[in-house]
Amino acid sequence: MKYIDEFRDRKVVQALAGEIRRASTQPVKLMEVCGGHTMSIQKFGIPALLPDTVELISGPGCPVCVTSRSYIDKAIAYSKQKDVIITTYGDLIRVPGSESSLEKEHAGGAQIRVVYSVMDALQIAREHPQKKIVFLGIGFETTAPGSAVAVLQAYREKLTNFFVFSAHKVMPPAMSALIDEGVKINGYIGPGHVSTITGMKIYEEIPAKYGLGVVISGFEPVDLMQSILMLIKQIETGNTRVEIQYKRVVKPEGNVKAQQMMNEVFEPADDWWRGLGILKESGLKLRPKYSAYDAEVNISADGMVPLREPKGCICGEVLKGLKKPKDCRLFGNVCTPRDPVGSCMVSSEGACQAYYLYNR
Amino acid sequence: MCETLVNNKTLKRKNMCLSIPAKIEKINGETAVCSVGGSTYEANLMMLSVEELKLGDYVLIHTGFAIQKLDEEEAEASLETFADFKKLNEEMDREENEKNQRLI
Repeated sequence: MKYIDEFRDRKVVQALAGEIRRASTQPVKLMEVCGGHTMSIQKFGIPALLPDTVELISGPGCPVCVTSRSYIDKAIAYSKQKDVIITTYGDLIRVPGSESSLEKEHAGGAQIRVVYSVMDALQIAREHPQKKIVFLGIGFETTAPGSAVAVLQAYREKLTNFFVFSAHKVMPPAMSALIDEGVKINGYIGPGHVSTITGMKIYEEIPAKYGLGVVISGFEPVDLMQSILMLIKQIETGNTRVEIQYKRVVKPEGNVKAQQMMNEVFEPADDWWRGLGILKESGLKLRPKYSAYDAEVNISADGMVPLREPKGCICGEVLKGLKKPKDCRLFGNVCTPRDPVGSCMVSSEGACQAYYLYNR
Repeated sequence: MCETLVNNKTLKRKNMCLSIPAKIEKINGETAVCSVGGSTYEANLMMLSVEELKLGDYVLIHTGFAIQKLDEEEAEASLETFADFKKLNEEMDREENEKNQRLI
């Protein structure tokens, strides 16, 4: 397939591995922020191609993983209201809440539908004017503009039965918080699709304040190897900065139209991240102008169960790069993708699931 | 990422964070019919300027939205760089054969 196969060329990957070996003289830890990168790295066996000096660690860029269990609890509470249909990306369906999951509730008769796009949720709202359609808005700057487009469209069409339950988050506060917390890394492999929307400016604080490089990377093996090489060259020469490897998609300024729509609908709010706690202005909530589309304002969460976290799960530490999935006592025995304890094992971009599938 | 492309059904089941380059086959107002590896599906174009898109362009699709037009010049430029790496690889292969030991 065009623009995919070329970036999986084994010979190029091998040559890049050789270049990395030659360029790397000091031990470095590089963090891939994005869960999609975690998956690609494990799937394509990238760690085995790297010299002992280069260690990759997974970061907090899996939206499902960093989201609070109480979000699932609230979504389940919404689903128990008679006239509500929950619409969600497939990612969330198996994530355990305190007592149940959306999948289990669905099996028990709750109206929960998996959609590929928020626009499908909007279509369900048009087709069921007597029902309240709640879309579970989860994800970073890549999915948030989609939710914004849907809200703007609902506004234009004067739909009164479409609501977004926003757990949308933005990436930079978490990247800074990790370093502030003392997590030792030497550079960031920057998220490719978040940056497609945001551009490169949002990362400027990382080299300016912390002296660390950020290389925005694509998702194919050649992309990742080239990004690692670029980061190592930055570190070895001491010239750390924000660079784009994924130039075929990421423009320095990003997608300005998508940014504008996102800013029109959402405003920054403090938000809770698994492993990191509450981070200032790291979440996105609907602006007052669009509160008619805010599930939290308009839908009752009666019957929401009290928050209960699972014992023994180290998902929070894994998300901070302090521990690897294999350090968890539950990994692979009590906690598997079939029967996950923590969110890092549920999500197909979660570090635990990636390790379980490709690096057990 | 490949298995996500087998057909529409599989694609729809997959998670939200994957994006794929797809070729525009048809533009109908604010949506486009795109193809990847033989299957076609719709992409919403509201995040891009429709007037800047034409048939045959590649766009990156994410949760049903085209989020960026793929810059083919940049893609080709990357591929040219890779061609150099490939040459390097061949040299390494030769060297390995001569020395009869693996370099990597």
